[in-house]
Amino acid sequence: MQQLGSTIAANRFGLGARPGDLAAIGGDGRDWLRTQLTAAAPVLTDEGLQGSTEILAQGFALQREIQQQRRAGADVQQKLPQFLKPIYTSEATARVRQAVLTERPFVERLTQFWSNHFAVSVDKQYMAGLAGSFEREAIRPHVLGNFGDLLVAAEMHPAMLLYLDNHLSVGPHSEAALKAGLHQRGRPIGINENLGREILELHTLGVGGGYTQADVTAFATVITGWSLGGGNGLFANGPPGRFVFRPGMHEPGPKTVLGRRYPDSGYNQGVEVLNDLAQHPSTARHIATKLARHFVADDPPPTVVDRVARAFTEYGGELRAVYRALIDSREAWEQQLPKYKTPNDFIVSSYRGLSLPVDAVHGPLGPFDLLGQRTWQPGSPAGWPDRSADWDGASALLKRIEWADAVGGRLGSARDATALAPQLLGANLSDASVTAISRAASASQALTLLLAAPEFMRR
Amino acid sequence: MPRNPFLERRAFLKQGALAAGGAFLTSGLCLASAAAGSRRRARFVVVIMRGALDGLAAVPPLGDRDYAQLRGEFALRAPGEAKGALPLDGFFGLHPALNFLHASYAARELIVFHAVASPYRERSHFDGQDVLENGTTLPHAAQSGWLNRALAQLPGAARREAGVALGQNVPLVMRGPAAVTSWSPSKLTALDDDTLGRLTDLYAHDPLLSVRLADALAADAMVAQAGGMSTPPQDMAAAGAAGQGVSAQPGAKPAAQGGADRYAQIVRAAAGFLRQEDGPQVAVFDTSGWDTHANEGGAEGQLAGRLTALDKGLGMLREQLGPVWNDTAVLLITEFGRTAAINGTRGTDHGTATMALLVGGAVAGGRVIADWPGLASRSLYQGRDLAPTLDLRSVLKGLLAEHLSVATRSLDTNVFPKSERARPLRGLLKA
Repeated sequence: MQQLGSTIAANRFGLGARPGDLAAIGGDGRDWLRTQLTAAAPVLTDEGLQGSTEILAQGFALQREIQQQRRAGADVQQKLPQFLKPIYTSEATARVRQAVLTERPFVERLTQFWSNHFAVSVDKQYMAGLAGSFEREAIRPHVLGNFGDLLVAAEMHPAMLLYLDNHLSVGPHSEAALKAGLHQRGRPIGINENLGREILELHTLGVGGGYTQADVTAFATVITGWSLGGGNGLFANGPPGRFVFRPGMHEPGPKTVLGRRYPDSGYNQGVEVLNDLAQHPSTARHIATKLARHFVADDPPPTVVDRVARAFTEYGGELRAVYRALIDSREAWEQQLPKYKTPNDFIVSSYRGLSLPVDAVHGPLGPFDLLGQRTWQPGSPAGWPDRSADWDGASALLKRIEWADAVGGRLGSARDATALAPQLLGANLSDASVTAISRAASASQALTLLLAAPEFMRR
Repeated sequence: MPRNPFLERRAFLKQGALAAGGAFLTSGLCLASAAAGSRRRARFVVVIMRGALDGLAAVPPLGDRDYAQLRGEFALRAPGEAKGALPLDGFFGLHPALNFLHASYAARELIVFHAVASPYRERSHFDGQDVLENGTTLPHAAQSGWLNRALAQLPGAARREAGVALGQNVPLVMRGPAAVTSWSPSKLTALDDDTLGRLTDLYAHDPLLSVRLADALAADAMVAQAGGMSTPPQDMAAAGAAGQGVSAQPGAKPAAQGGADRYAQIVRAAAGFLRQEDGPQVAVFDTSGWDTHANEGGAEGQLAGRLTALDKGLGMLREQLGPVWNDTAVLLITEFGRTAAINGTRGTDHGTATMALLVGGAVAGGRVIADWPGLASRSLYQGRDLAPTLDLRSVLKGLLAEHLSVATRSLDTNVFPKSERARPLRGLLKA
């Protein structure tokens, strides 16, 4: 009989046990998790991954080339999607590979959590080429660092500025607006409040966190001028694909956000607001609630939320301390299977459990699409939802089973489900599943039953 | 393997003898056929347009003196002019992309509601959608949706699935006590009966998974009976492919083709369920891409492309429903509207009131229902948004009362808690 601690550590906090993991983790599981937090967060070193600056510079150049050809009368097709798609494929494959092979699955879970917290969705142009580098550049370096640094890195990243339309947001009294007023009558010039709103609502305070429409508008004017270089028109100047502060687009003057007056310090005005937001009690509570929901239960016990929020505040947003508070929450180690896996985690845990190869030949990304969670495509800045009811639909279940059936069929006797079941499911393995797997008509069917077992659907 | 009664019933379903849904599978052969005799069964489709559709773009108030100035370069021209709006009642027009809806208006099968809003008055998409779906006045105040709670009141709801969500999962509006299922096209091979039987046994003591699996199989059986709709016209996986979503670039191709294909599949499937005499009465599906913060476009452009796809999907729904269209009402709703004025990036930010549409053969249409607040700056909500003058719950309650015969008392207390003051709008349907 396996210990519950190692099972929970590997499956609830990690990305699913691989053969041998539960034995290696040992009884308690907590130390195994704490140890994962000590070293620096891993970086992805897959060959051929490019930085966002490089990708954007090439993309902008491609767009300009097409525009010129069109101006010259040539009938040329848009080439950008064809340029971005292979980047998406390499990035998403690298991410899945990391999730499947990592020896620090808790850190990878946290990476995916934060990437989803600061979601950029690939259904908007350019994001297909940027979601991966955004995660590697803005999220990964700060996953074990300080929330304030993570916040600033995410909001300043060109992917986020593009995704939430801030790069073209213009202060109504800025130089650019005044000029445009002279030359472009009838063309509206002003702010776009998308990024400002989502920072407050989704990234920091949370929707009930105590801000008003006036705060949204004021904050949006604070970050006017936060832009990037190398694009079209208003954002042409500056190094292509890099963050650029454009004083000419920045709304001059002091602004008041959440009751505090910020004198105009140009670019720094936005950083100052972000720093205050990072330390706001509402932010602590919002982050604590989301983490507790992610790791503990759909409706997390208030005691856990309180403990994690307190750690967030006491340690000034030091995320290692926040995660430790989560690990130290007794409630996370009690109830057996409180969470229904997302499709992503169902697939990744299957890959890990069955030691499936992650390479181009095996089409590792296809299942994410089929099961309804295409990597980096939550469709909105809110990211993927995190409650069972969002994922446990009838059709969704049948697709998981059909996929499990296809995997079982492909592997056949190459894997032994009877031997794997206790290694993957440990203390959660039920007698009913043991019986069903052992009585299966074939090795393939046994594998299908293993992946489709109730305790493999949950964590 | 022992004889499995489940599989026998499933084989029965496969023969197409009936298609009553998963709840039926576990409750024996007592299918309600009351609907067949006296009164024709009403069909109801709810389309949730996620992302906050710009009501002033879809249904422009051409006669409002402030409209053209607020909308600037994106203001639609008068009907009859090049790329002009389609005429409605002389004051309002329809976006030129909405040809099917315009024909429906002429055929008296479309009601346009304007300056309408749910009780939600903040500007978060996610909370706005929550209130739109949960039927209360506050986000996260209920874990079930108004449509499901209404379905639970229907006679026979306990015995069979009254609703289907087109998608892998069930949206909040359809979650709750009444049995509902979900369906989406699959590219994977169907399972063999032996494996399914074993899974059914394995799930026997799991209250959630046993019901879900039975529901999914029942939905598949209905699809098989409807014939052919499980075959996607286009590669489903390509539908949401990279670079095909909302574009932030001026001049970029609007209306992702992939998105349009997906609508087509969903619509075909919805029609397949609703056509069946003993199938679900209610279908729900989502559309997205309405969050037009930048480069929204006017008569042409990003939003126009989305509206074209939506309109075509509705036209296809009518075609696919055949005679059942006459018993159908399709409601199109969104969480809130957008700013009255264009913003600094040629788009619109989150707003308040917007429009809703009700179309179908059962609808007493050819009307715009709006207590128009005007777009003068003093009339705008918080100086920026179209002000709400109609509570969306009044529309929903009127519909549920007359179309699905849900009792007023349930509507006031259970379906829309504490909503007595939002009186149901009567006469939305043909007598």
